[in-house]
Amino acid sequence: MKTSAKIYSGLIFAFLFAPIVVLLVFSFNESHSLSVFSGFTLSWYVELFKDSATLEAVGNSLLLATCATAISVVVGTITALGIDRLRSRWYRAAMNTVTNIPMTNPDIITGISLMLMFVFAGRMLGTSSSLNFWTMLLAHVSFCLPYVILQVLPKLQQMDNSLLEAAMDLGCTPMRGFFKVELPEMMPGIVNGAIMAFTLSLDDFVISYFTNGNGFDTLPIRIYSMTKKTVTPKMYALATIIFFVTLGLLLINNVVDNDDAKQLREQKKKHRKHRRAKLNSGAEN
Amino acid sequence: MNKKFLAVLLALVLALCISLAGCGSVAGITGDTLVLNVYNWGEYISDGSEDSFDTIHEFEAWYLENYGQPVKVNYSTFASNEDMYSKIASGAVSYDVLIPSDYMVERMRQEGMLAPLNFDNIPNYKNIDDGFKGLYYDPENEYSVPYTYGMVGVIYDANVVDEADVGDWDLLWNEKYKNKILQFNNSRDAFGIALYKEGMDVNTTDHAVWDKACDDLIEQHHLLYGLVMDEIFNLMESGEAAIGSYYAGDYLTMRDAQASDVDLQFYYPERTNLYIDAMCIPTCAQHKELAEIFINYMLSEEPAVANAEYTGYASPNRVVYESEQYQEDMGEEAMEILYPEMDDFSEMYNQYAYRNLDVETLHYINDLWENVKIN
Amino acid sequence: MKRNSVKRTPTFYKAALVPYSIWSILFVLVPLLFVAYYAFTDNNFAFTTQNITRFFTATSTIRSDSGAMVEVHTYLLVFWRSVRLAMISTLVCLLLGYPIAYIMARAPERTQKTMVTLIMIPMWMNFLIRTYAWMTILQDKGIFNGLLKMLGLPPVHIIGTEAAVVIGMVYDYFPYMVLPIYSIICKIDNNLLEAARDLGCGSLSVLRRVVIPLSMPGVISGITMVLIPSISTFYISQKLGNGKFLLIGDVIEGQYVANNLHFAAAIAFVLMLILLALMALVKYVTVRSVYGGKTK
Repeated sequence: MKTSAKIYSGLIFAFLFAPIVVLLVFSFNESHSLSVFSGFTLSWYVELFKDSATLEAVGNSLLLATCATAISVVVGTITALGIDRLRSRWYRAAMNTVTNIPMTNPDIITGISLMLMFVFAGRMLGTSSSLNFWTMLLAHVSFCLPYVILQVLPKLQQMDNSLLEAAMDLGCTPMRGFFKVELPEMMPGIVNGAIMAFTLSLDDFVISYFTNGNGFDTLPIRIYSMTKKTVTPKMYALATIIFFVTLGLLLINNVVDNDDAKQLREQKKKHRKHRRAKLNSGAEN
Repeated sequence: MNKKFLAVLLALVLALCISLAGCGSVAGITGDTLVLNVYNWGEYISDGSEDSFDTIHEFEAWYLENYGQPVKVNYSTFASNEDMYSKIASGAVSYDVLIPSDYMVERMRQEGMLAPLNFDNIPNYKNIDDGFKGLYYDPENEYSVPYTYGMVGVIYDANVVDEADVGDWDLLWNEKYKNKILQFNNSRDAFGIALYKEGMDVNTTDHAVWDKACDDLIEQHHLLYGLVMDEIFNLMESGEAAIGSYYAGDYLTMRDAQASDVDLQFYYPERTNLYIDAMCIPTCAQHKELAEIFINYMLSEEPAVANAEYTGYASPNRVVYESEQYQEDMGEEAMEILYPEMDDFSEMYNQYAYRNLDVETLHYINDLWENVKIN
Repeated sequence: MKRNSVKRTPTFYKAALVPYSIWSILFVLVPLLFVAYYAFTDNNFAFTTQNITRFFTATSTIRSDSGAMVEVHTYLLVFWRSVRLAMISTLVCLLLGYPIAYIMARAPERTQKTMVTLIMIPMWMNFLIRTYAWMTILQDKGIFNGLLKMLGLPPVHIIGTEAAVVIGMVYDYFPYMVLPIYSIICKIDNNLLEAARDLGCGSLSVLRRVVIPLSMPGVISGITMVLIPSISTFYISQKLGNGKFLLIGDVIEGQYVANNLHFAAAIAFVLMLILLALMALVKYVTVRSVYGGKTK
């Protein structure tokens, strides 16, 4: 990289991480202020682990994101398979449009529209509370699904169709064919889609705000309702922990990935050497 | 991404979910566990932080011990009365215990959304001071039990503000402190201040009066640092802003965290808002009796004192303000601010508190408030 | 080759579409119909166009800078302000984000991965908390002004201005601009660039004639993914604009909280239609300007 590029990237990352550094520093602040640093303490971390309501909200957020991701991945993958083989132009266009709607519609509209429908349905059914964990889950799956589909679909389109056919000709059952041929091809797309879905679900506030209900508060909802009293530094401590956990996970992942890549490269090298040796020996003969 | 790694990651996340939610909602509920849904303001109950009393957990343990049945409290929080109201009114959620402010209690009572309480289950109601009974929002004492009360006052930085300018609401309109003034970012309180300043009735249905208040707020708008809610804590503590109005108990929190070059002071203008936040049970409640037991528990000494200390607001509960421990913990100055000498609380309260307004007026105010905000 | 040599029939693939088709109808299309339904009804669910006309005709008086009172259209003003701020934010995102996406795509593979990771990390921390942190940075006595003071520069007033709102939006939606552009540039065939160079293009003109046109799909999706959420955001302006810049998202949320569901739905409905038109326009203009009117 050129020096100018390095400086530029440095500035951008400084911008991206400035607020995180602020949170990190003030999570060790003695007073609850986010502007006046009065002394060092670890007590907010201790407090955080004693605060069952906040931990529960974190647990709820993770639970919701995990469920939404799992459902989106399964449904999204199956759907991508279907769309890939779709020959009706009209149906294909309809699918594309429908997939694009949740992505191009503002969160606030998605949230309000789902809320209106759930509330209306709840009134029709005569339930006393129409919003709960399940409605939130439905809402989250609705906005995560398109991302999974759009990540998986290109992988399928890149796949060589004859591979599957060859497998079938060699006696694979359709099930086996799916697991042995199509799934591995789709895997990178599925993983990327899953990461995106998880990230979006975890970070979402607006849609959750409109669709959350009975006793199921996610972390963003809990933070938002702290408007009468101030946001406590426990939240900064929590943000700091989340930061280090994700950083750790992603770094480990990179290392593991790089090891894999190295292994792959070495295998290829060996293979090449082997072939070259074979060729050479062939030439000698 | 590596497959093995992904599997490990997923397993970790799931384990974390279950362990965290285990102390929480979805998991851990067996067949005979009762569920009590409580809906309260954010940060408005003693939650065990800084070695305080963990109200929810203690209640669960206390109930198991006394009634032999496990109970799980689902505690949710809302950001404003109106926010809570629209969720309940649309039928989106149902809760067993709510803690809204007075005017919202009145509105919900008038609209038939509250269930009358069975006071046989709430014997500790006798601890409530008589001054808090028979107030406008619940004249027959049927629907609500007061939780906290307080008054809105003015907080200012004595290093910036002249002592001579201090004393009434005009300080918030003083040109000298342009860009140093904070106003409530909520229509009822902001309009309330404009009306108290003019000595007008905060519960009028006369549109002309609201129009006048709106003009005042528009005039004030260009002097403001901003419209804020909880941001006021940081802004006042750091000296970023110099004048603001908020609830009395919160002044004490701010003063404890103020920067070295800031000297926060507090006063009550002559006419100001008195408010009560009260516990009540909506008609959609699933476990009414359990909810009443919970309310009763909240009135007993240990949780009541803990909650009063945690929120920092005044308590209408005799066992709280007569508790020596409480008085000692709060300190003399705080006691003076929280419990000012008043000849007759209920008279003053009935005169100055916000009341529920008819829907038409509420919509009118909401439109005016948008008008103020787009300035 | 014939498809029926595959034992899976087309029916299998059609069946695979059933869950999603039902899902989209129930949870994407029907909810939008509900928005329209609420937008065109009053509190008793009787038909009315009042909510829609109110959006276009409601007026307020505001105090202009000179002190005179001026009459304005409330919601049109707010809407225009939202669009304007969102467009500025999108532009800033694009100008700041394109170079970094380009740098990332050209970097060695390992660096690429780390950089993508670094871009995504802030998204894992709640955006409400991040916005809160920006308040501290941008305040008059905040960290940024502290830095300026240390460098001997005069302080700047940012918090509570439109600039602060733009900074907040740019910060929150930056990854949504960078990642799509990056993934498209990554896919550009290196041979193309070499060919261009061989044909005598300087590196700037390679960028202008090859990379930028080819990365347009990424740019378009980046613009979409930043513009849409920033038009409708409702938290950033409350916190960083000190509640002084009411945006259309704030209005919708305010109406929802005031329990005016029908008017909230009406605003959402109008917003949706305008955004659809806007996105079609963005696509049309970019396609025209880049591909000279021919779609790929």
